[in-house]
Order: sequence, then C-alpha cells, then structure tokens
Amino acid sequence: MFAIPLAWLQLKRETIRLLVALAGIGFAVILMFLQLGFQDALFESAVTLHQNLDGDIFLISPQSTSLIAMKSFPDRRLYQSMGFAGVESISPIYLGFGIWKNPFWEGPPTSQTRSILVIGMVPGDSVFLLPEVKANQAQLRLTDVVLFDRASRTEFGPITEKFEALKATGGLVKSEIESRRVEVGGLFNLGASFGADGNLITSDLNFRRIFSDRKKGLIDIGLIKLKSGADLEKTLERFKQNLPGELRTDPKKTTNQTQEDFVVGDVRVLSKKAFITLEENYWKESTAIGFIFTLGTAIGFVVGTVIVYQILYTDVTDHLAEYATLKAMGYKNRYLLSVVFQEAIILAVMGFIPGYILSIGLYNLTRNATALPIAMTLNRAILVLCLAILMCVISGSIAVRKVQDADPADIF
Amino acid sequence: MLQPIIAIENVSHYFGAGRLRKQILFDITTIVEPGEVVIMTGPSGSGKTTLLTLIGALRSTQSGSLKVLGQELRGGSENKLVELRRNIGYIFQAHNLLNSLRAWQNVQMSIELHSEIPASESRDRAESMLEAVGLADWATQYPSELSGGQKQRVAIARALVCNPKLVLADEPTAALDKKSGRDVVEIMHDLAKKQGSAIVLVTHDNRILDLADRIIHMEDGRLSSLDVTPLANG
Ligand SMILES: Nc1ncnc2c1ncn2[C@@H]1O[C@H](COP(=O)(O)OP(=O)(O)O)[C@@H](O)[C@H]1O
Ligand SMILES: [Mg+2]
Repeated sequence: MFAIPLAWLQLKRETIRLLVALAGIGFAVILMFLQLGFQDALFESAVTLHQNLDGDIFLISPQSTSLIAMKSFPDRRLYQSMGFAGVESISPIYLGFGIWKNPFWEGPPTSQTRSILVIGMVPGDSVFLLPEVKANQAQLRLTDVVLFDRASRTEFGPITEKFEALKATGGLVKSEIESRRVEVGGLFNLGASFGADGNLITSDLNFRRIFSDRKKGLIDIGLIKLKSGADLEKTLERFKQNLPGELRTDPKKTTNQTQEDFVVGDVRVLSKKAFITLEENYWKESTAIGFIFTLGTAIGFVVGTVIVYQILYTDVTDHLAEYATLKAMGYKNRYLLSVVFQEAIILAVMGFIPGYILSIGLYNLTRNATALPIAMTLNRAILVLCLAILMCVISGSIAVRKVQDADPADIF
Repeated sequence: MLQPIIAIENVSHYFGAGRLRKQILFDITTIVEPGEVVIMTGPSGSGKTTLLTLIGALRSTQSGSLKVLGQELRGGSENKLVELRRNIGYIFQAHNLLNSLRAWQNVQMSIELHSEIPASESRDRAESMLEAVGLADWATQYPSELSGGQKQRVAIARALVCNPKLVLADEPTAALDKKSGRDVVEIMHDLAKKQGSAIVLVTHDNRILDLADRIIHMEDGRLSSLDVTPLANG
C-alpha cells in the first residue's frame, strides 16, 4: 500500500547513526554467538571421547560422575557380563590424568609440564572408532609406547610436527609422563575438552607402568559390544537380572531412562546414549558453566537491546516534527508505529549479517587456539537471528511510545 | 446555494485546567464558501493559530459547532478526524518536509493517503505538481538542498496535489524574504483558484492582502469581519 519505504530511507539518511547502530547490534550478535558457541563446544568436547568409543553398553562405578572424576571398580563384573546372551565382546578401559613433559621446551630452565588424560586399553581389542587408533594399536604391545592426540593443546609440545619429521629418519618422539620415559608410536585425532587438555592412548600394561599405584583388577570403564542383531533393551534387561546385588534406579528419571541407566550392586550400567547424557548432564547441571554462558548470552542481549533502544529513541525524537506533520496530513498512529518497527527489523537483520560473518571468523580463531570443536551451526544461526530480531522489537516497542508525543496541533 | 466549506458557530476554546483555565477564543462565528480565499490577520497571541488547528481537525472542538466539508467536528471520533485531514491541504509556517525524502517523495507521501489514485500514476502526478510550482528540475533534490522559498513550494505541491477542497496556511511566508514570500503565496493562490479550493490564510504581511476575497480580523480571541473589499493591488 505504501510505496515509499520511509523506515529504510530514514535510516539510510543518517549514515553515521546507522553504522553505529549496526556496529552495536553486530557486537551483541557476536557476543551471543561466542557465548552459545563456547557452551555448545564445551558440551560437545566433553563427550567426544564417549562418541568415539566402539561399544554399546558401558559399566562404570556408581560413584563416577564424569570423565574427570572417575572411580575404579572391580573388573570381575565386566568378565561376568561376557557370559550374558547377546554380548559379543568386552574390553576394560583405564583412565588417569598424568603429568606430561614437553620434550621440546626451550624456554626458561624449568620444564613445561601439563596434565594429560591417559587412556589404557588392551592392544588387541577394538575400543575406539578412530581409524588411526585401529591402524596403530599394534604398536601398543611395545613397552612404554603411547599414541598421541594431535588435537591436544599446543602446550604439550610440537609432538605432531616432530613426529612427522622424525618418521622419515626412523626416529621416534621421546617424552616423559609421570616421570616415566615413553615413546610416541603414532597419532590419532580426538580433541581437547574443558576437562582434558590432551589425550594419550596406551596399553593396559603400559598404563599400570605409568600409574604404578594403580591396582590390577580395577578398571574405570567396562566396554561391552553386542552381537550384531542383539537387542539392546533385552540385553540390558539381562544385566539387570543377572548382575549380583541390589537394583537401584534414579527415582527422578523416567522408565525409559532407567531402562538404559541403572545401578546393580557395585556397578552402573549404561547404554552408549545414557553414557553420553551422563557426561553432558554433569557439565550442564553440576557445574556453573551452563549458567555462566547463559548469563553471557543474556548480557549480549541486554546490551544490544539498550543500544537499539538508544538509536531508535534518538531517531524518533529527531523525526518527531515530521511524524506530527504526517499525522496532520492524515496518517494514522498505526503507520508511524509500523515505521518504527520496520526500522527495528531492518537494524536487526542488517546488524546480524556482519556479526554472523565475524563470528565465523572468531570461531575459526578459537578452534585453532583452543582445539575446541567450535563451529557455526544452522540452528545456532537461526537462534541468534531470532534473538537479534526480538532484541530490536523489544527496543522498538519501548521507543514507539515516544511517537504518541507527536502532536499535529503543535506544528502550526 | 452550495454547502459552505467551513461553518463555524459560537466556537469558544479554553486552554489549561482548573484555576489556570483561560479562554482563548470567544464565540467565533463565520462561514467560508467553496473556492473562497479568506485572509485572517491579527496581532500575535490573538488566537489565529488556535482557530486554524480547530478547523483543521488537529485539536478537538470544545464548544459550539464546527462543520468542515460538511462534517461536524465536535465530538467526532479520532478516526473520523484523521480521515477528514486527508481532504485538507496544510501549509505550515516552517515547511515541515520530511528530510529523508526527495522532493517528489515528499509530495507522494500525500498521494499515498488517497487509495483512489493508482500507484502507477502517483510519481507522474507528484512530478507534474512540482512542475506547477516551478520545481520541475528540483524533483529529486532533498529538502536540505533547496532554498527556503523552494522548500515552501514543495510544501504547497504536497498540500495541493490531491485537489483538497480546503487549504489551511499559517503564516507561510514568515520564514521567507519579501520577494519569495509574495511568489509563494501567488503560486498557492493561483493553483487553489484553478482547482476551486477554498483557502484560509493567516498572515501579518500587508502586501499580500490584495489576494483575498475577504479579510477577517482576530483580536483577543474575537473575530471581526472586515467586509471592506480589498484594495486592488494595494
Ligand atoms: N497549547 C497551548 N496551551 C496553552 N496556551 C496556549 C497553547 N497554545 C496557544 N496558547 C495561548 O493561546 C493564545 C493564542 O495563541 P495562538 O492561537 O497561537 O495565537 P496567534 O496564532 O494568533 O499568535 C496565546 O496566548 C497562547 O499563549
Ligand atoms: Mg500563530
């Protein structure tokens, strides 16, 4: 009906103000993208290990709450489950944090050390879905040989580069973990998480050599693979029936959830999905991380709302005489309100675009600097666009009240 | 006889409330015929603008009866008043153009209120109106790029483009120099005469009184009709 796009023409006419507004909205958009991106990356990095485990059912100690707080349990339970119908194979997994020494450190005299997650596995078992681990795990039969995660943080040293360089000459990267000399026999790709800055894989024997106080017969995770065609639910039911001890389930969980996550005696039995959920919930609920990032996102939202409100309010104030003129000519209040809301939506969309592009760049920077799996996703882009529009509509609805002040009787 | 464009009967107006309530207009009664050019003079503060805003449906009528274009304004709904405004051309002391719009777009803002004019014609119509006020070459300029007289002529084009039956102008020459002031009023007068629009024009400028069919005088909120025929080219 209205051929003249007054909202856009008014915004365009004040170039500087438009740029300031777009910068402000872009800033808020970036803030929200970073906060939400970090949060997703954190939760995703926390379960990368779980996702790459080649198992269907997992046993852990009922006291284990997360990968960074694992309690060992007797491997008897794992061997018992070998006899249950539907079970194809079982593998023990050992976890421990050890101090790794950067072997190439040339800085100040003191050495550079950092805590790394060491994963112990039986060299003949298939524990990881990672092809590089499968290809290299024969190396683990050798004494004091480890596989190194190339996506570990850089503080562990230029292991990857040196490994590739030495490979040509037949040499190996040597380092120390928990003051024990080890050799890097191969590389794999898993990624750092908030809990672990890097990962090592080694054999169960080497694991006990590194952590000499760990007792034989105590494991951290029991990995169970089902026969192809075996039903997960039915097999879990057999675990419920056949493991010794009292059955306990979390009363806060639904029946569907307790089917895949229950405690029998001294072990907790989890499906892979439930194992992942357990880790995610630890970070979401037992730490302040979710809250902090939500708060960060909210701050971005509020900052954006205030900036847009300032801009729209100034704009309405500047055009008050013109709006009064339009009212005198016979334009209704509704038209003027729609002009302000159009301005708000235009600002939101125009500010979103540079914010979106810059955020992709910042994600790349962050990924390279922190080895966190942070990337733009369509869902997050849509969420932030909606937040940006909501932000502008809220400021718009406060600013439009000023339009009521435009009194056509004042302009004669 | 034709229905008058404006019929004012015993209109009074008050500003303020309670003890501060002050009467500004006292029992105004007059009539403006279709096509008539009426000039209102009077000292500053006498109530001229107040009367004009009442006629223009920009302020609600408090007492008496005020009929504009056949419609009673007193007690009229906000919606009705807004609709009525679309049929009146306003020319303000300051030009009040929209600074973000080019000259032709300013004129088109007025056309867009009239759905009977097809969108395809509206730009042509805006431009020919600008041509009529002598701004054919200035149609794409922004107000800030125009002189005071030119701006006031754009405002005239905007007010007259939809052939309003009534044009209200409040000291349209106040911000202009003598020569361009006279030009602007002449353009407005000629176009309105051609379209058959009535004009109510408030002015202090004695040199343009000759354009009036009738002069009315406001003093302390009371209207006196100076039924003297204006001096020919006085
Ligand atoms: N909105 C208002 N509130 C209160 N008093 C007003 C208002 N507008 C005008 N007045 C008063 O009404 C009187 C007439 O004003 P006005 O109609 O503007 O006179 P004129 O146009 O003849 O100079 C003046 O005394 C002025 O102070
Ligand atoms: Mg006045």
